Amino acid sequence: MDIERGIENGKLKPLNLPVAIFHFQVQYMNYTLPELMVAAAAREIRDGEIIFVGTRLPLLAFALAKKTHAPRAIGFFESGIIRDTPAQEVLYTMGDSPNILGAIQCGSTLDLMGMMQQGWVDAGFIGGAEIDKYGNLNTSYISGKPPPNHPNPGFIRLPGSGGACDIAALARRLLVIMPHEKRRFKDRVDYITSPGYGTGRNWRETVGLPWGGPGAVITTQGILRFDPVTKEMYLASNHPGIPVEEILANTGWDLKVASDLKETPPPTREELNFIRAYDPAGFWTRG
Amino acid sequence: MNRKILSMQEAIAQFVRDGMSIVAGTALESLIPFSAGHEIIRQGRRDLTLIGPISDILFDLLIGAGCVRKVVAAWVGNVMMGSGYNFRRAVEEGIPHPIDVEDHSNFTIALALHAAALGVPYLPTKTALGSDLPVNHPGMKEICCPFTGEKLLAVQAIHPDIAIIQVQRCDPEGNAHIWGNTGITGDAARASRSLILVTEEIVSPDVIRSDPNRTLIPGFLVSAVVEEPWGAHPSPVQGYYNRDHGFYRDYHEETKTLEGFQKWLNRWVKGIKTRHSYLQLLGEDRIQELKVKKEALSAPANFGY
Repeated sequence: MDIERGIENGKLKPLNLPVAIFHFQVQYMNYTLPELMVAAAAREIRDGEIIFVGTRLPLLAFALAKKTHAPRAIGFFESGIIRDTPAQEVLYTMGDSPNILGAIQCGSTLDLMGMMQQGWVDAGFIGGAEIDKYGNLNTSYISGKPPPNHPNPGFIRLPGSGGACDIAALARRLLVIMPHEKRRFKDRVDYITSPGYGTGRNWRETVGLPWGGPGAVITTQGILRFDPVTKEMYLASNHPGIPVEEILANTGWDLKVASDLKETPPPTREELNFIRAYDPAGFWTRG
Repeated sequence: MNRKILSMQEAIAQFVRDGMSIVAGTALESLIPFSAGHEIIRQGRRDLTLIGPISDILFDLLIGAGCVRKVVAAWVGNVMMGSGYNFRRAVEEGIPHPIDVEDHSNFTIALALHAAALGVPYLPTKTALGSDLPVNHPGMKEICCPFTGEKLLAVQAIHPDIAIIQVQRCDPEGNAHIWGNTGITGDAARASRSLILVTEEIVSPDVIRSDPNRTLIPGFLVSAVVEEPWGAHPSPVQGYYNRDHGFYRDYHEETKTLEGFQKWLNRWVKGIKTRHSYLQLLGEDRIQELKVKKEALSAPANFGY
């Protein structure tokens, strides 16, 4: 959960992603950056998987995946809800009434967290304010020099883990959605709220985590994945119109680039039709 | 005469005292007992410890009003919008006064209350291993499994002084039905030393007994029953009213500055006396808009024999 919770520390509205509101002209088709990110996130969900659905964009990504390539996916919502159909209306939080109507189970947080600890959850979505090259995420405290004109003396308090730490620790695959900015993509995060691959290689095993780790980081500029051996993040695809150099310049370490770097496929007509029909006011995808 | 049924003013006056620890907001985004929070502010409680998973804006509000000394939670902010500015002002700048924070995750706070509900001092888990949550945390300790030798995190039990829990309906004894997601509510009720139940409506015991599987809280755990329609607004109560998204958005905009928050607090909390006046302030149009538009009744379950 906690996608983008705390990002910008509330200074920006959720959808004012750094380069959002650019409309790209691709094959006669206009789409927004959040639409591209939702489509990319949905494609990370495989049919039949159990997905721990985070709040914000993943609420939409889960619904999109269900309606397109992953009709048999099951969604866990940490407040205690299990669904095998998308909610009938767009959700602003997972506790909204449409997410309860038609659920297959409404129960407790502990039941779902427990099943995730058993290994039932194939993938979970979270966001972060900061991430480092081994995919560790911080949504708790940012220390160091405050942004210009910021009144506080030395650190920013973000909302905290919510369920993010649990998903990062216990889902079999972690999917992250966040803005791509140099101050957020750091060599080391100030505080590990949600563990990625720690210091790389077999770190998760040594600290006692049973499995898992980040599989993909979907940003406002590209999709990043992790080296299977070193567990270091690399650029796997850049979004249409975003040069690789720009992505490297927005990353706080020497980011490696895949030898077979691809361009992120734009959302299809079918995906866009669903997203726009589901969120007609464009709360999540228009800004 | 049932002595459990109290007004909100009476319940807060009798059961919530300065320095107590309170667990609230236990269903996560829904069923948040906002009207109880407002009354705590009006009665000027101080030095409270707030315990909960995400709390949406309830904890932020209580912190800004100066009622809080410590927060034991997984997340404090505004779920739909992001940061809670009062939480930030308190932690970063000590405004209105400094607060202590014990960071949890949703799983660890659930386990801490579950341990208390089970009557054991701690429970082991694999979550949060490798994270910074356990670092210098008084309620978390890495341990070695006595059977397998694997690393585990022990999460210490939390016994709140009081739970404040919003429900759809209960009988005069506090036997309570909840439907929809329950979050950590069941464990919070059992873990706490006392419990104020805030209910949308008080129903006859027959209604509760007609569907005992829907009873999450047995009445003997309950100290006070407060019938407070719309008590959870702006959070949703399934079958009664929907979430008031605009209210959260306005709170976010209007509480960015301390002055803005004071104005908000005077308007929505301090300047009024009861939930009735709050609803008048909210306005009939908005209430109609948030009301459930279309019933969706569950199929009856046959308890006959």
